[in-house]
Amino acid sequence: MLASLVGFLGDFDLAEEAAQEAFTVAAERWPRDGTPDNPAGWLVTTARNRAIDRIRRERTLAAKTRLLEVPETVEHEIDETTIPDERLELVFTCCHPALATETQVALTLRALGGLSTEEIAGAFLVTPETMKRRLSRAKAKIKTAGIPFAVPPDAVLPERLAAVLAVVYLIFNEGYGGRVDLAAEAIRLGRVLSALMPDEPEALGLLALMLCHDARRAARFHDDELVLLEDQDRSLWDAGQLAEGRAAIDRALALRGRGPYVLQAAIASLQAQDPVDWPQVAALYEELGALTRSPVVDLNRAVAVAQAGAPDAALQIVDRLPLDEYQYLHSTRAELLRRLGRTEDARAAYRRALELTRAEPERRFLERWLEELSP
Amino acid sequence: MQYALLIYDKPGAYDSLSDEERKAVSDEYWAIREEPCVLGGAGLQPAHTATTVRLDDGSTLVTDGPFADTKEVFGGYYLLEADDIDAAIAIAARLPAARLGGSIEIRPVLERPS
Repeated sequence: MLASLVGFLGDFDLAEEAAQEAFTVAAERWPRDGTPDNPAGWLVTTARNRAIDRIRRERTLAAKTRLLEVPETVEHEIDETTIPDERLELVFTCCHPALATETQVALTLRALGGLSTEEIAGAFLVTPETMKRRLSRAKAKIKTAGIPFAVPPDAVLPERLAAVLAVVYLIFNEGYGGRVDLAAEAIRLGRVLSALMPDEPEALGLLALMLCHDARRAARFHDDELVLLEDQDRSLWDAGQLAEGRAAIDRALALRGRGPYVLQAAIASLQAQDPVDWPQVAALYEELGALTRSPVVDLNRAVAVAQAGAPDAALQIVDRLPLDEYQYLHSTRAELLRRLGRTEDARAAYRRALELTRAEPERRFLERWLEELSP
Repeated sequence: MQYALLIYDKPGAYDSLSDEERKAVSDEYWAIREEPCVLGGAGLQPAHTATTVRLDDGSTLVTDGPFADTKEVFGGYYLLEADDIDAAIAIAARLPAARLGGSIEIRPVLERPS
Protein backbone atom coordinates (compact mmCIF):
# COMPACT_ATOMS: atom_id res chain seq x y z
CA MET A 1 0.00 0.00 0.00
CA LEU A 2 2.87 2.33 0.85
CA ALA A 3 4.40 1.69 -2.56
CA SER A 4 1.28 2.72 -4.43
CA LEU A 5 0.97 5.84 -2.28
CA VAL A 6 4.59 6.80 -2.90
CA GLY A 7 3.99 6.29 -6.62
CA PHE A 8 0.82 8.33 -6.51
CA LEU A 9 2.24 11.15 -4.40
CA GLY A 10 5.89 11.09 -5.40
CA ASP A 11 6.86 11.84 -1.82
CA PHE A 12 7.89 9.37 0.86
CA ASP A 13 7.04 11.46 3.92
CA LEU A 14 3.63 12.41 2.62
CA ALA A 15 2.86 8.80 1.76
CA GLU A 16 3.91 7.57 5.18
CA GLU A 17 1.89 10.20 7.01
CA ALA A 18 -1.17 9.55 4.86
CA ALA A 19 -0.91 5.81 5.44
CA GLN A 20 -0.58 6.36 9.18
CA GLU A 21 -3.66 8.57 9.25
CA ALA A 22 -5.67 6.05 7.26
CA PHE A 23 -4.78 3.27 9.69
CA THR A 24 -5.67 5.49 12.63
CA VAL A 25 -9.07 6.31 11.17
CA ALA A 26 -9.65 2.62 10.41
CA ALA A 27 -8.77 1.67 13.97
CA GLU A 28 -11.38 4.15 15.22
CA ARG A 29 -14.13 3.50 12.69
CA TRP A 30 -14.09 -0.18 11.81
CA PRO A 31 -14.82 -1.53 15.29
CA ARG A 32 -17.76 0.89 15.43
CA ASP A 33 -19.05 0.73 11.83
CA GLY A 34 -17.85 -2.73 10.80
CA THR A 35 -15.04 -3.67 8.44
CA PRO A 36 -15.62 -2.49 4.86
CA ASP A 37 -16.04 -5.07 2.06
CA ASN A 38 -12.78 -4.00 0.50
CA PRO A 39 -10.51 -2.97 3.37
CA ALA A 40 -7.43 -2.38 1.18
CA GLY A 41 -9.40 -0.16 -1.19
CA TRP A 42 -10.87 1.76 1.74
CA LEU A 43 -7.43 2.36 3.22
CA VAL A 44 -5.91 3.55 -0.04
CA THR A 45 -8.85 5.86 -0.79
CA THR A 46 -8.80 7.29 2.72
CA ALA A 47 -5.03 7.80 2.58
CA ARG A 48 -5.23 9.51 -0.78
CA ASN A 49 -8.06 11.79 0.32
CA ARG A 50 -6.21 12.72 3.50
CA ALA A 51 -3.13 13.49 1.46
CA ILE A 52 -5.15 15.59 -0.99
CA ASP A 53 -6.57 17.62 1.91
CA ARG A 54 -3.13 18.18 3.36
CA ILE A 55 -1.68 19.25 0.04
CA ARG A 56 -4.49 21.70 -0.59
CA ARG A 57 -3.63 23.20 2.76
CA GLU A 58 0.06 23.26 1.99
CA ARG A 59 -0.01 24.75 -1.47
CA THR A 60 3.73 24.83 -2.00
CA LEU A 61 3.77 21.06 -2.49
CA ALA A 62 1.26 21.23 -5.30
CA ALA A 63 3.77 21.48 -8.10
CA LYS A 64 5.59 18.39 -6.89
CA THR A 65 2.73 15.98 -7.27
CA ARG A 66 0.58 14.68 -10.05
CA LEU A 67 -2.25 14.80 -7.56
CA LEU A 68 -4.24 17.85 -8.50
CA GLU A 69 -5.03 16.55 -11.95
CA VAL A 70 -6.61 13.41 -10.52
CA PRO A 71 -10.30 13.62 -9.68
CA GLU A 72 -11.45 12.70 -6.19
CA THR A 73 -11.47 8.91 -6.10
CA VAL A 74 -14.59 7.00 -5.25
CA GLU A 75 -14.20 4.05 -2.93
CA HIS A 76 -15.76 1.24 -4.92
CA GLU A 77 -13.68 2.03 -8.00
CA ILE A 78 -10.53 0.76 -6.38
CA ASP A 79 -10.56 -2.94 -5.81
CA GLU A 80 -7.76 -5.19 -4.71
CA THR A 81 -6.65 -5.96 -8.23
CA THR A 82 -6.39 -2.39 -9.47
CA ILE A 83 -4.05 -1.11 -6.77
CA PRO A 84 -0.84 -1.02 -8.77
CA ASP A 85 1.95 -3.03 -7.20
CA GLU A 86 4.60 -0.35 -7.28
CA ARG A 87 6.92 -2.12 -4.89
CA LEU A 88 9.33 -2.81 -7.72
CA GLU A 89 9.68 0.90 -8.46
CA LEU A 90 10.08 1.50 -4.74
CA VAL A 91 12.92 -0.99 -4.39
CA PHE A 92 14.87 0.57 -7.27
CA THR A 93 14.32 4.03 -5.77
CA CYS A 94 15.55 2.88 -2.36
CA CYS A 95 18.63 1.27 -3.91
CA HIS A 96 19.50 4.06 -6.32
CA PRO A 97 23.29 4.48 -6.67
CA ALA A 98 23.02 8.21 -5.95
CA LEU A 99 22.36 7.17 -2.33
CA ALA A 100 25.11 5.83 -0.07
CA THR A 101 25.02 2.06 0.51
CA GLU A 102 24.18 2.32 4.20
CA THR A 103 21.35 4.65 3.22
CA GLN A 104 20.07 2.18 0.61
CA VAL A 105 20.01 -0.52 3.27
CA ALA A 106 18.15 1.63 5.79
CA LEU A 107 15.63 2.90 3.24
CA THR A 108 14.93 -0.59 1.91
CA LEU A 109 14.29 -1.93 5.39
CA ARG A 110 12.06 1.04 6.21
CA ALA A 111 10.06 1.28 3.01
CA LEU A 112 9.88 -2.37 1.92
CA GLY A 113 10.58 -4.24 5.11
CA GLY A 114 8.29 -2.03 7.15
CA LEU A 115 10.77 -2.00 10.03
CA SER A 116 10.62 0.91 12.45
CA THR A 117 13.47 3.40 12.63
CA GLU A 118 14.34 2.08 16.11
CA GLU A 119 14.49 -1.51 14.86
CA ILE A 120 16.79 -0.59 11.98
CA ALA A 121 19.01 1.49 14.26
CA GLY A 122 19.33 -1.43 16.68
CA ALA A 123 20.19 -3.84 13.91
CA PHE A 124 23.06 -1.71 12.65
CA LEU A 125 24.32 -0.50 16.00
CA VAL A 126 23.59 3.20 15.61
CA THR A 127 21.39 5.44 17.72
CA PRO A 128 17.78 5.99 16.64
CA GLU A 129 18.55 9.70 16.16
CA THR A 130 21.36 8.88 13.74
CA MET A 131 19.09 6.54 11.79
CA LYS A 132 16.29 9.09 11.74
CA ARG A 133 18.68 11.69 10.29
CA ARG A 134 19.98 9.23 7.75
CA LEU A 135 16.48 8.46 6.55
CA SER A 136 15.45 12.15 6.47
CA ARG A 137 18.49 13.10 4.44
CA ALA A 138 17.81 10.23 2.09
CA LYS A 139 14.25 11.31 1.47
CA ALA A 140 15.41 14.90 0.99
CA LYS A 141 18.01 13.81 -1.53
CA ILE A 142 15.45 11.75 -3.43
CA LYS A 143 13.31 14.86 -3.79
CA THR A 144 16.01 17.46 -4.39
CA ALA A 145 18.25 15.47 -6.71
CA GLY A 146 15.30 14.06 -8.62
CA ILE A 147 15.84 10.37 -8.00
CA PRO A 148 12.97 8.90 -10.03
CA PHE A 149 10.32 6.52 -8.79
CA ALA A 150 10.77 4.07 -11.64
CA VAL A 151 12.18 0.76 -12.76
CA PRO A 152 15.43 1.66 -14.54
CA PRO A 153 15.58 1.52 -18.35
CA ASP A 154 16.85 -1.72 -19.92
CA ALA A 155 20.28 -0.24 -20.67
CA VAL A 156 21.15 0.10 -16.98
CA LEU A 157 18.79 -2.47 -15.48
CA PRO A 158 21.38 -5.26 -15.03
CA GLU A 159 23.74 -3.12 -12.95
CA ARG A 160 20.88 -1.58 -10.97
CA LEU A 161 19.43 -5.00 -10.25
CA ALA A 162 22.86 -6.15 -9.07
CA ALA A 163 22.87 -3.20 -6.65
CA VAL A 164 19.41 -4.11 -5.29
CA LEU A 165 20.43 -7.72 -4.75
CA ALA A 166 23.66 -6.57 -3.08
CA VAL A 167 21.64 -4.50 -0.59
CA VAL A 168 19.45 -7.46 0.28
CA TYR A 169 22.49 -9.72 0.68
CA LEU A 170 24.12 -7.08 2.89
CA ILE A 171 21.04 -7.09 5.10
CA PHE A 172 21.28 -10.89 5.26
CA ASN A 173 24.94 -10.87 6.25
CA GLU A 174 25.63 -7.74 8.19
CA GLY A 175 22.83 -6.94 10.52
CA TYR A 176 23.41 -7.85 14.13
CA GLY A 177 19.78 -8.57 14.71
CA GLY A 178 18.82 -7.46 18.13
CA ARG A 179 15.06 -7.81 18.30
CA VAL A 180 14.79 -8.27 14.58
CA ASP A 181 15.90 -11.36 12.67
CA LEU A 182 17.54 -9.61 9.74
CA ALA A 183 18.34 -12.83 7.93
CA ALA A 184 14.61 -13.60 7.93
CA GLU A 185 13.89 -10.03 6.75
CA ALA A 186 16.36 -10.40 3.89
CA ILE A 187 14.83 -13.73 2.87
CA ARG A 188 11.40 -12.15 2.92
CA LEU A 189 12.68 -9.32 0.71
CA GLY A 190 14.27 -11.94 -1.55
CA ARG A 191 10.89 -13.64 -1.94
CA VAL A 192 9.23 -10.33 -2.76
CA LEU A 193 11.88 -9.55 -5.39
CA SER A 194 11.55 -12.98 -7.00
CA ALA A 195 7.78 -12.58 -7.14
CA LEU A 196 8.06 -9.08 -8.63
CA MET A 197 10.67 -10.17 -11.18
CA PRO A 198 9.82 -13.79 -12.03
CA ASP A 199 12.04 -13.81 -15.13
CA GLU A 200 15.18 -12.62 -13.37
CA PRO A 201 17.34 -15.64 -12.54
CA GLU A 202 19.68 -13.61 -10.31
CA ALA A 203 16.83 -12.67 -7.97
CA LEU A 204 15.98 -16.37 -7.64
CA GLY A 205 19.67 -17.16 -7.22
CA LEU A 206 20.00 -14.74 -4.30
CA LEU A 207 16.90 -16.15 -2.62
CA ALA A 208 18.19 -19.69 -3.03
CA LEU A 209 21.61 -18.71 -1.66
CA MET A 210 20.15 -17.08 1.44
CA LEU A 211 17.81 -20.02 2.07
CA CYS A 212 20.66 -22.54 1.77
CA HIS A 213 22.81 -20.59 4.23
CA ASP A 214 20.00 -19.92 6.66
CA ALA A 215 18.84 -23.54 6.61
CA ARG A 216 22.14 -24.58 8.17
CA ARG A 217 22.22 -21.85 10.81
CA ALA A 218 21.29 -24.05 13.77
CA ALA A 219 24.01 -26.59 12.96
CA ARG A 220 26.87 -24.13 12.53
CA PHE A 221 27.86 -23.99 16.18
CA HIS A 222 27.90 -26.62 18.87
CA ASP A 223 28.56 -25.38 22.43
CA ASP A 224 30.03 -22.19 20.94
CA GLU A 225 32.44 -24.22 18.83
CA LEU A 226 32.57 -23.87 15.07
CA VAL A 227 31.33 -26.96 13.24
CA LEU A 228 32.54 -27.60 9.72
CA LEU A 229 30.03 -28.35 7.00
CA GLU A 230 30.98 -32.01 6.73
CA ASP A 231 30.57 -32.50 10.49
CA GLN A 232 27.26 -30.72 10.89
CA ASP A 233 24.24 -32.46 12.40
CA ARG A 234 21.97 -32.56 9.36
CA SER A 235 18.89 -33.12 11.47
CA LEU A 236 19.34 -29.51 12.56
CA TRP A 237 19.12 -28.29 8.97
CA ASP A 238 15.81 -26.69 8.01
CA ALA A 239 14.47 -29.06 5.36
CA GLY A 240 11.73 -26.66 4.31
CA GLN A 241 14.20 -23.88 3.56
CA LEU A 242 16.51 -26.26 1.69
CA ALA A 243 13.60 -27.48 -0.42
CA GLU A 244 12.49 -23.92 -1.18
CA GLY A 245 16.08 -23.02 -2.04
CA ARG A 246 16.45 -26.01 -4.34
CA ALA A 247 13.22 -25.11 -6.14
CA ALA A 248 14.44 -21.53 -6.62
CA ILE A 249 17.81 -22.59 -8.00
CA ASP A 250 16.12 -25.07 -10.36
CA ARG A 251 13.90 -22.29 -11.72
CA ALA A 252 16.90 -19.97 -12.08
CA LEU A 253 18.88 -22.59 -13.99
CA ALA A 254 15.84 -23.32 -16.16
CA LEU A 255 15.82 -19.60 -17.01
CA ARG A 256 19.44 -20.10 -18.16
CA GLY A 257 20.78 -18.04 -15.29
CA ARG A 258 24.59 -18.22 -14.98
CA GLY A 259 25.17 -15.05 -12.99
CA PRO A 260 27.08 -14.75 -9.69
CA TYR A 261 24.15 -15.38 -7.33
CA VAL A 262 22.89 -18.34 -9.33
CA LEU A 263 26.36 -19.89 -9.32
CA GLN A 264 26.87 -19.28 -5.60
CA ALA A 265 23.47 -20.79 -4.87
CA ALA A 266 24.22 -23.83 -7.03
CA ILE A 267 27.46 -24.29 -5.09
CA ALA A 268 25.70 -23.95 -1.71
CA SER A 269 23.06 -26.41 -2.83
CA LEU A 270 25.66 -28.97 -3.96
CA GLN A 271 27.53 -28.58 -0.68
CA ALA A 272 24.37 -29.53 1.23
CA GLN A 273 24.25 -32.92 -0.44
CA ASP A 274 25.88 -36.11 0.76
CA PRO A 275 28.30 -36.94 -0.73
CA VAL A 276 29.39 -33.59 -2.16
CA ASP A 277 30.25 -33.54 -5.86
CA TRP A 278 33.50 -31.62 -5.34
CA PRO A 279 34.69 -31.62 -8.98
CA GLN A 280 31.36 -30.02 -9.95
CA VAL A 281 31.74 -27.48 -7.13
CA ALA A 282 35.28 -26.68 -8.31
CA ALA A 283 34.01 -26.19 -11.87
CA LEU A 284 31.30 -23.80 -10.64
CA TYR A 285 33.87 -21.81 -8.64
CA GLU A 286 35.96 -21.58 -11.79
CA GLU A 287 32.97 -20.19 -13.70
CA LEU A 288 32.27 -17.76 -10.84
CA GLY A 289 35.90 -16.68 -10.76
CA ALA A 290 35.81 -15.83 -14.45
CA LEU A 291 32.84 -13.53 -13.76
CA THR A 292 34.00 -11.85 -10.59
CA ARG A 293 37.80 -12.08 -10.86
CA SER A 294 37.89 -12.44 -7.10
CA PRO A 295 40.88 -14.13 -5.45
CA VAL A 296 38.57 -15.23 -2.63
CA VAL A 297 36.57 -17.23 -5.16
CA ASP A 298 39.84 -18.79 -6.34
CA LEU A 299 40.59 -19.68 -2.72
CA ASN A 300 37.26 -21.45 -2.45
CA ARG A 301 37.97 -23.23 -5.72
CA ALA A 302 41.26 -24.44 -4.26
CA VAL A 303 39.39 -25.90 -1.30
CA ALA A 304 37.03 -27.73 -3.67
CA VAL A 305 39.99 -29.02 -5.69
CA ALA A 306 41.57 -30.33 -2.46
CA GLN A 307 38.32 -31.96 -1.38
CA ALA A 308 38.11 -33.58 -4.81
CA GLY A 309 41.41 -35.30 -3.96
CA ALA A 310 44.19 -33.02 -5.26
CA PRO A 311 45.77 -31.11 -2.34
CA ASP A 312 48.95 -30.46 -4.35
CA ALA A 313 47.10 -28.70 -7.15
CA ALA A 314 45.09 -26.84 -4.53
CA LEU A 315 48.23 -25.56 -2.81
CA GLN A 316 49.58 -24.33 -6.13
CA ILE A 317 46.43 -22.27 -6.64
CA VAL A 318 46.56 -20.89 -3.09
CA ASP A 319 50.22 -19.88 -3.26
CA ARG A 320 49.51 -17.63 -6.26
CA LEU A 321 46.76 -15.63 -4.52
CA PRO A 322 47.37 -12.00 -3.47
CA LEU A 323 45.61 -12.45 -0.12
CA ASP A 324 48.37 -12.14 2.43
CA GLU A 325 46.26 -10.25 4.96
CA TYR A 326 43.32 -12.64 4.65
CA GLN A 327 43.03 -15.05 7.57
CA TYR A 328 41.32 -17.74 5.50
CA LEU A 329 44.17 -17.86 3.03
CA HIS A 330 46.51 -18.90 5.81
CA SER A 331 44.07 -21.27 7.49
CA THR A 332 43.49 -22.96 4.12
CA ARG A 333 47.22 -23.16 3.40
CA ALA A 334 47.73 -24.64 6.86
CA GLU A 335 45.13 -27.32 6.25
CA LEU A 336 46.60 -28.21 2.84
CA LEU A 337 50.16 -28.35 4.19
CA ARG A 338 48.94 -30.56 7.02
CA ARG A 339 47.34 -32.98 4.56
CA LEU A 340 50.54 -33.04 2.54
CA GLY A 341 52.51 -33.97 5.67
CA ARG A 342 54.48 -30.70 5.74
CA THR A 343 54.01 -30.26 9.49
CA GLU A 344 56.47 -27.42 10.15
CA ASP A 345 55.09 -25.33 7.30
CA ALA A 346 51.55 -26.13 8.43
CA ARG A 347 52.28 -24.87 11.96
CA ALA A 348 53.74 -21.64 10.60
CA ALA A 349 50.63 -21.13 8.54
CA TYR A 350 48.31 -21.78 11.51
CA ARG A 351 50.30 -19.23 13.52
CA ARG A 352 49.98 -16.65 10.74
CA ALA A 353 46.26 -17.36 10.51
CA LEU A 354 45.92 -16.83 14.28
CA GLU A 355 47.64 -13.45 14.01
CA LEU A 356 44.86 -12.36 11.65
CA THR A 357 41.89 -14.01 13.36
CA ARG A 358 39.83 -12.21 16.02
CA ALA A 359 36.65 -14.23 16.45
CA GLU A 360 36.89 -16.54 19.47
CA PRO A 361 35.34 -19.71 18.02
CA GLU A 362 37.63 -19.43 15.00
CA ARG A 363 40.71 -18.82 17.16
CA ARG A 364 39.94 -21.89 19.26
CA PHE A 365 39.49 -23.92 16.09
CA LEU A 366 42.97 -22.89 14.83
CA GLU A 367 44.59 -23.32 18.24
CA ARG A 368 43.27 -26.88 18.46
CA TRP A 369 44.97 -27.77 15.16
CA LEU A 370 48.20 -26.10 16.24
CA GLU A 371 48.04 -28.16 19.43
CA GLU A 372 47.51 -31.40 17.49
CA LEU A 373 50.54 -30.72 15.31
CA SER A 374 52.86 -30.02 18.25
CA PRO A 375 55.91 -32.21 18.36
CA MET B 1 14.62 19.82 -13.19
CA GLN B 2 17.86 21.61 -13.85
CA TYR B 3 21.22 20.04 -13.19
CA ALA B 4 24.76 21.32 -13.36
CA LEU B 5 27.28 18.81 -14.67
CA LEU B 6 30.73 19.75 -13.35
CA ILE B 7 33.46 18.12 -15.35
CA TYR B 8 36.72 17.10 -13.66
CA ASP B 9 39.50 15.84 -15.86
CA LYS B 10 42.11 13.32 -14.81
CA PRO B 11 45.43 15.17 -14.88
CA GLY B 12 47.33 14.44 -18.07
CA ALA B 13 44.29 12.79 -19.65
CA TYR B 14 44.82 14.63 -22.90
CA ASP B 15 48.64 14.51 -23.00
CA SER B 16 48.82 11.20 -24.81
CA LEU B 17 46.22 12.16 -27.42
CA SER B 18 47.16 13.22 -30.90
CA ASP B 19 45.98 16.54 -32.29
CA GLU B 20 43.22 14.81 -34.28
CA GLU B 21 42.08 12.90 -31.20
CA ARG B 22 42.00 16.11 -29.19
CA LYS B 23 39.94 17.82 -31.86
CA ALA B 24 37.55 14.84 -31.92
CA VAL B 25 37.05 15.18 -28.17
CA SER B 26 36.43 18.90 -28.47
CA ASP B 27 33.92 18.32 -31.27
CA GLU B 28 32.14 15.80 -29.09
CA TYR B 29 31.76 18.33 -26.28
CA TRP B 30 30.46 20.99 -28.66
CA ALA B 31 27.98 18.52 -30.16
CA ILE B 32 26.57 17.74 -26.72
CA ARG B 33 26.33 21.48 -26.10
CA GLU B 34 23.86 21.61 -29.02
CA GLU B 35 21.51 18.91 -27.68
CA PRO B 36 18.01 20.19 -26.86
CA CYS B 37 18.20 19.43 -23.14
CA VAL B 38 21.46 21.35 -22.71
CA LEU B 39 20.70 24.92 -21.68
CA GLY B 40 24.22 26.17 -21.27
CA GLY B 41 27.80 25.24 -20.70
CA ALA B 42 31.39 25.98 -21.55
CA GLY B 43 34.79 24.41 -21.62
CA LEU B 44 37.40 26.22 -19.59
CA GLN B 45 40.97 27.07 -20.53
CA PRO B 46 43.61 24.98 -18.73
CA ALA B 47 44.34 25.31 -14.99
CA HIS B 48 47.55 27.28 -15.46
CA THR B 49 45.53 30.13 -16.95
CA ALA B 50 43.46 30.48 -13.80
CA THR B 51 43.49 33.34 -11.33
CA THR B 52 41.90 33.13 -7.89
CA VAL B 53 40.32 36.03 -6.01
CA ARG B 54 39.67 36.22 -2.30
CA LEU B 55 39.01 39.01 0.14
CA ASP B 56 41.52 39.23 2.95
CA ASP B 57 40.65 41.71 5.68
CA GLY B 58 38.71 43.86 3.22
CA SER B 59 41.41 43.99 0.59
CA THR B 60 41.26 41.97 -2.59
CA LEU B 61 43.77 39.17 -2.71
CA VAL B 62 44.56 37.94 -6.18
CA THR B 63 46.74 34.88 -6.72
CA ASP B 64 47.95 32.88 -9.67
CA GLY B 65 46.48 29.44 -10.22
CA PRO B 66 43.22 27.55 -9.63
CA PHE B 67 41.27 27.57 -6.36
CA ALA B 68 41.54 23.93 -5.44
CA ASP B 69 44.86 22.25 -5.08
CA THR B 70 43.34 18.98 -6.14
CA LYS B 71 44.63 16.33 -8.49
CA GLU B 72 41.63 16.63 -10.76
CA VAL B 73 41.22 19.72 -12.88
CA PHE B 74 37.86 21.42 -13.26
CA GLY B 75 37.56 21.55 -17.02
CA GLY B 76 34.07 22.76 -17.86
CA TYR B 77 30.37 22.45 -17.17
CA TYR B 78 26.95 21.97 -18.69
CA LEU B 79 23.56 23.18 -17.56
CA LEU B 80 20.89 20.56 -18.31
CA GLU B 81 17.13 20.34 -18.25
CA ALA B 82 16.17 16.76 -17.37
CA ASP B 83 13.21 14.86 -15.95
CA ASP B 84 15.25 13.07 -13.31
CA ILE B 85 18.75 12.26 -12.23
CA ASP B 86 18.94 9.14 -14.39
CA ALA B 87 18.67 11.31 -17.50
CA ALA B 88 21.50 13.50 -16.21
CA ILE B 89 23.60 10.43 -15.36
CA ALA B 90 23.11 9.08 -18.88
CA ILE B 91 24.56 12.29 -20.36
CA ALA B 92 27.40 12.44 -17.83
CA ALA B 93 28.43 8.90 -18.73
CA ARG B 94 28.80 9.92 -22.39
CA LEU B 95 31.27 12.71 -21.72
CA PRO B 96 34.87 12.22 -22.90
CA ALA B 97 36.18 13.18 -19.45
CA ALA B 98 34.45 10.12 -17.98
CA ARG B 99 36.05 7.60 -20.31
CA LEU B 100 39.43 9.31 -19.94
CA GLY B 101 39.58 8.67 -16.19
CA GLY B 102 37.90 11.86 -14.93
CA SER B 103 34.74 12.42 -12.86
CA ILE B 104 31.55 14.34 -13.40
CA GLU B 105 29.71 15.83 -10.48
CA ILE B 106 25.95 16.23 -10.90
CA ARG B 107 24.22 18.84 -8.76
CA PRO B 108 20.63 19.96 -8.86
CA VAL B 109 20.39 23.68 -9.51
CA LEU B 110 18.64 25.98 -7.04
CA GLU B 111 15.43 27.32 -8.43
CA ARG B 112 15.17 31.03 -8.70
CA PRO B 113 13.04 32.41 -5.87
CA SER B 114 9.81 33.85 -7.26
